[in-house]
Amino acid sequence: MKYRSVFDIIGPIMIGPSSSHTAGAVRIGKVARALHGAVPTRAEVTFYGSFAETYRGHGTDVAIAAGILDFDTYDPRIRDALKIAAQEGVEIEFLIGDDVPEHPNTARVRLMTEGTMTELVGVSIGGGKVEIVEIAGFPIRLSGDLPTIIVRHVDRYGMIAKVAQVLADHRINIAAMHVARKSRGAEALMTIEVDESPSNDVLEAVRVIDGITSATRLTL
Amino acid sequence: MLFRTIEELVRLAEREGATIAEVMIAQEMAVTGRSREDIRSQMGEQLDVMEAAVRRGTEEEVRSNSGLVDGDARRLMAYIARGETLAGADILRAAAMAMATNEVNAAMGLICATPTAGAAGVVPGVLFAHAPRLGKTREAMIDFLFAAGAFGYCIANNAFISGAAGGCQAEVGSATAMAAGALTEMAGGTPRQAAHAFAIALKNVLGLVCDPVAGLVEVPCVKRNAMGAALATVAADMALSGIESRIPPDEVVQAMYRIGRMMPATLRETALGGLAATPTGLAIKERVFGGKALTANQGRSDSRGH
Repeated sequence: MKYRSVFDIIGPIMIGPSSSHTAGAVRIGKVARALHGAVPTRAEVTFYGSFAETYRGHGTDVAIAAGILDFDTYDPRIRDALKIAAQEGVEIEFLIGDDVPEHPNTARVRLMTEGTMTELVGVSIGGGKVEIVEIAGFPIRLSGDLPTIIVRHVDRYGMIAKVAQVLADHRINIAAMHVARKSRGAEALMTIEVDESPSNDVLEAVRVIDGITSATRLTL
Repeated sequence: MLFRTIEELVRLAEREGATIAEVMIAQEMAVTGRSREDIRSQMGEQLDVMEAAVRRGTEEEVRSNSGLVDGDARRLMAYIARGETLAGADILRAAAMAMATNEVNAAMGLICATPTAGAAGVVPGVLFAHAPRLGKTREAMIDFLFAAGAFGYCIANNAFISGAAGGCQAEVGSATAMAAGALTEMAGGTPRQAAHAFAIALKNVLGLVCDPVAGLVEVPCVKRNAMGAALATVAADMALSGIESRIPPDEVVQAMYRIGRMMPATLRETALGGLAATPTGLAIKERVFGGKALTANQGRSDSRGH
């Protein structure tokens, strides 16, 4: 079920004009910002499909910028997001991708702050709902219906057990889990959907495990 | 999950002797673990945002940046006030209030998506035009939104609700069918009658393409919301009179889905076909975006905001 709540249908409350091209775009930008964990100095946004053809008319560029600034879908500052981004020293470049995406409303967002880069691909599926289909080159499928923990780690035995133990110790139930790696022994990514939103203490307990690069909490 | 199709929704309501709104609330409680009061209170907030947008669009001068939207809702309200209408004041008020919401939306104002922003006018237009005349309380209006949400939920999980995925039939079409079903229930119809109103309304927007001029959510979106509100009202009256849809609601949703899958990308919110590709549509695009406008397979890099 892509849409779980009645408020996915009667909602969101948002600044117009388009739920998929404005509100959905804000949310994709916001997820990227949450994953990045800081205000980036530079952002590269690539639009595909319908996003690429109509982003100006729908204010998709303004909306993604608003998300990168961590604004909500109903924040009236969305209208001035490009100006505010410039004032805050966030350089944003918009590109048009030629690839034909699986879904028409697709955007790739790269956020950079000296030395660190966050990259994800988000899809706006309609009515303001989004899915994240790629993080750091790892194909994933994330609806954000539940609080989600994103863990970057080294691909070796025992990592899943150690992370799961931390969650068990904090009485957090895992609803769904997915693990992907680039190649054997290389970098890997865990996406863990949980029933209870994890506290900062939980995330910190995951981060200190040997072999863990980062642990971030996401809500879409 | 209590229901995922309209047939399941109606059967559940019939079995429990409940309204469609009540079944939706029960499902929301089951899925989210939230209390009834909490859920109803959030729907009250959505209602308040809708009401504020309708008021702003019917009372204030609302203009979009492009100038294509400039107060048609007020124009129609003034015409109704003169008392000489052909279609009747109530149905036209629904149309005007639908346009009011979409005009506020086009001006980047605050709205509640139902189910999307481009189709956000139909449901509140129908609700705020008919509820006062039917003597409905705020609680009854909140129920209307849960009923509309239940129908939309079945479309969203079995087909689509975005113009980019399924054309305007999936957006304004869905909103029209949702409003028709909810209005039937608010007016005292049975869950079965509400489902027939839903099906009758959706059948009449099948094949509607999404062809926004210059990619703006303005032309033809605003007026399509007006017509959606009118259509929803007529469909509700037909169902209340005892007329049934010969094709069951879920099969109409499936037909809408299959038609959307067959629609070329040019007619799914890319602004490359339909009204967007008419000489006037292209001229508007040129005027609004000038030489900066991108067309398909052209000018691939664009930098703004710094």
